[in-house]
Amino acid sequence: MNSFLAMGGYGAFIWPAYGVSLLALVAVTWQSVAAWRAAKKKLAELERDNP
Amino acid sequence: MFRYANPAVFMGLSGALLPWVSGAAVIALAAGLWLGFHVPPDYQQGMTVTIMFVHVPAAIVAELAYGAIAFASLFSLVWRHPLADTAARAAAPLGAVFTALGLITGSLWGRPMWGAYWVWDARLTSFLLLLFLYLGYMALWNAIEDEMRAARAAAILALVGAVNLPIIKFSVDWWNTLHQGESIVSGQIAPIFLWPLLTMALGYTLLFAALWMVRIRTEIVNRRTRSLMQRAG
Repeated sequence: MNSFLAMGGYGAFIWPAYGVSLLALVAVTWQSVAAWRAAKKKLAELERDNP
Repeated sequence: MFRYANPAVFMGLSGALLPWVSGAAVIALAAGLWLGFHVPPDYQQGMTVTIMFVHVPAAIVAELAYGAIAFASLFSLVWRHPLADTAARAAAPLGAVFTALGLITGSLWGRPMWGAYWVWDARLTSFLLLLFLYLGYMALWNAIEDEMRAARAAAILALVGAVNLPIIKFSVDWWNTLHQGESIVSGQIAPIFLWPLLTMALGYTLLFAALWMVRIRTEIVNRRTRSLMQRAG
């Protein structure tokens, strides 16, 4: 396990590269889905109040 | 083309496609990661070769997204279709994220291999310009209040900036760059590295496609909300 984490001595560069990629892609996915849900909710409320 | 550019048709089509595209993206990314961490060390680069599996796909999608914006902008300027503007605008923040990831993962690869996080060679500089093009494009959209005028100005900027795409692509051939040359199409990359790379690239592209659809759908719903609010006064 330790030798896997060490990545032949380059772990200090490899893991941050994967970490930042994962973080950014999860964040942008979360933001896109949250904006979609908020948009749908707002339209539903508007349609309910103004039938 | 025009048929699919109708907002109602797009909502139906994208709603049906989304679960499949996002599911395929998750599978491709999981398979790509599994393959990527089972490669042997490269004879020159050691295990830093695994950075390639997150660096190259991010860079490919960064350029693909800009190409999509340029194409949609052309569509918007020539045929004045409002969904084309929506599609172009929705792709920009995604493209900017993938461009930033290409730059960051590239510098984390450059430090151990070249001894520097950053060098001003043609590939890196033209790719940094791509990030500024995305940021400028988004800023322009936000700067002009009238939506029709903002769409026109942004579309023109996107088309002018598209000149940078072939410059990025061929920068490694036209100039002496520290960045390595093309190795996928020319077949110089070993198959054991090629498969995880292609799988990750597929995963990144599918993820971009899914998120792009979600963002276009969001804007269509927001437009409907705005027009309802105007009608209600």
